[in-house]
Amino acid sequence: MSSIGQVLAGPGVRRQLRRAAWHRAPRGSELVWALAFLVPYAAVFLAFVVYPIGYGLWMARDPSLYPDLLANPLYARTVVNTALYVGLGVNVMMFLALVLSGFFMRRRWWIKALLPVFMLPWALPAVPAFVSFHWMLIGEEGLINSLLALLGVQGPLWFHDRALALGSNIVAYIWKWLPFWTLTFLAGRTAIPQEIYEAADVDGADGFRRFTHVILPLLGNLYLVCTLLCTLWTIGDFTTVALVSEGAPAYSTDVLATLGLHYSFEAAQPSLGVAAVLSALPVLIPLTILLMRALESREVQL
Amino acid sequence: MSTITAEARLASSRVLSRAHRAVRRRHYLELAGTTVLSIAIIVWTIVPIYNMVMISLEPEGDVFTDHIWPRVWSIESFWGVLTQGHWYLEHFWRQFANSIYMGAMVTILTLAIGTWTSFSIGRMRIRYGWLVSNAALLTYVIPASFLAIPFYRIMQNYGMANNLWSVIAALVAFATPYAFFVLQEYGRSIPIEVDESARIDGASPVQIYLRIYLPLMAPALVAVGTYAMLLAWNEYLYQFLLLSSKSSMTVPVALAQFLSSDQSPWNFMMATAIIYAAPPVAIYYAFRRRMTAGLTMGGVKG
Repeated sequence: MSSIGQVLAGPGVRRQLRRAAWHRAPRGSELVWALAFLVPYAAVFLAFVVYPIGYGLWMARDPSLYPDLLANPLYARTVVNTALYVGLGVNVMMFLALVLSGFFMRRRWWIKALLPVFMLPWALPAVPAFVSFHWMLIGEEGLINSLLALLGVQGPLWFHDRALALGSNIVAYIWKWLPFWTLTFLAGRTAIPQEIYEAADVDGADGFRRFTHVILPLLGNLYLVCTLLCTLWTIGDFTTVALVSEGAPAYSTDVLATLGLHYSFEAAQPSLGVAAVLSALPVLIPLTILLMRALESREVQL
Repeated sequence: MSTITAEARLASSRVLSRAHRAVRRRHYLELAGTTVLSIAIIVWTIVPIYNMVMISLEPEGDVFTDHIWPRVWSIESFWGVLTQGHWYLEHFWRQFANSIYMGAMVTILTLAIGTWTSFSIGRMRIRYGWLVSNAALLTYVIPASFLAIPFYRIMQNYGMANNLWSVIAALVAFATPYAFFVLQEYGRSIPIEVDESARIDGASPVQIYLRIYLPLMAPALVAVGTYAMLLAWNEYLYQFLLLSSKSSMTVPVALAQFLSSDQSPWNFMMATAIIYAAPPVAIYYAFRRRMTAGLTMGGVKG
């Protein structure tokens, strides 16, 4: 999981290039030092990023893997699951984060006090959180079903039904990461100068119109960037599904990241596993390009 | 003014009081809305955490009964974890030490490599430095979980399977690009003339790095350091894949192992989860303001 700092990378690099023209680049012994400072990262990058990517592409090089993959019913269902998991998880979370960031802008003291509580899931490590979710929903004795029983409702067996299990994964994922995105939008909202709000007030904009005419245009690009980033991260999410539903019932809620491991270790077909996850590249690459575009236009906004 | 009749005055005061009432009604509606939303947020945030605490406080046999409040309070499970009193937990302290070691190494290396690289690119302005920043983005095109299988293979070839350093290497590779972005962005607020004048005074690059760059970057270092530590503490897939022996594994892997059996001591599992979650939660609340500042300065100043 990474953060919003990347949001800034695009224009920064270019601005720096422009400035570099005025300052002379290091020469002589300074150049040696500058290079020496770069060597550790270059080594890490080549050994632990470039090499695994190359190795993965090499493992999945056999074209006959892909017809196998398409013929596998598990794969087709996993693609649908991944699309649902990412599509629902990301969009519901982003919308909630945008709304909640507006809520946390309010000046009441208890709302200010609520923010640190609300951030708790983000500070909590993922594994304990998802183990708790798993345990809360399992069987008839889980906390959720016990609560439902208090209301006189017989709770379902959450992990025996594909839709419920998939929904549980999505809810757990949103629970863990919603605070982070809310905080990001909150930071975006506080960066909007107060005068703009005041001007909108003077012009008689009510809450809804202020949202559509002031906040949305100003936060629109941030929202887009965050949605794209979050989509990339959610496609790669392994921990949630691996621990909350564990793919149950019968691998029917697997996403690509967990299916790759099932193929590799339980079915002992690592190449098929790599092919399964790399089949997401036709989606990942355009998303990354879109993200870079959105980062470039960021400077124009706000 | 004298033309205003008493009647008109009465009418206008009625209009006014109606407006007042409308304002007050809106005020109450808003108050009710924020109260309801606050309660919803608290319930949403607390339920999974409460579930952890409740189960950890139950005696072992009591877990499989539906209730929402422990019938018998017991801290037996926490004591059991701390004294390694269950065969599931016989290496708990070793595993906890592994987690701490891993988190510390990932933090230190991310900070070291991140600052070296940003210093070379951002402060010394090495020619073609932007190539490095852009290449680092490649790390985010393919999610880390998709590279797990090739990475596992590579580590086996290197003879580094079951070695904490294989996980540390992977996590540092994934954490450093984010570190660059935050460091570069923050570094821009420090005028390059500071470095220039030190250079004219005869300071070597290493002296500038140690005496000027690092002290001035302190706030960004806190943000990057906490980020790297939380990343290591949150991570599961690489630790699960690469660490398999009881004495080399970290707490999340041991925690997830509880789920692999139906007969596990769940109260011990939840106590382990809480003990494991305590350090990052404490660190988060200690550095909350600075971390938020780190995120914000990375993200959205526009």
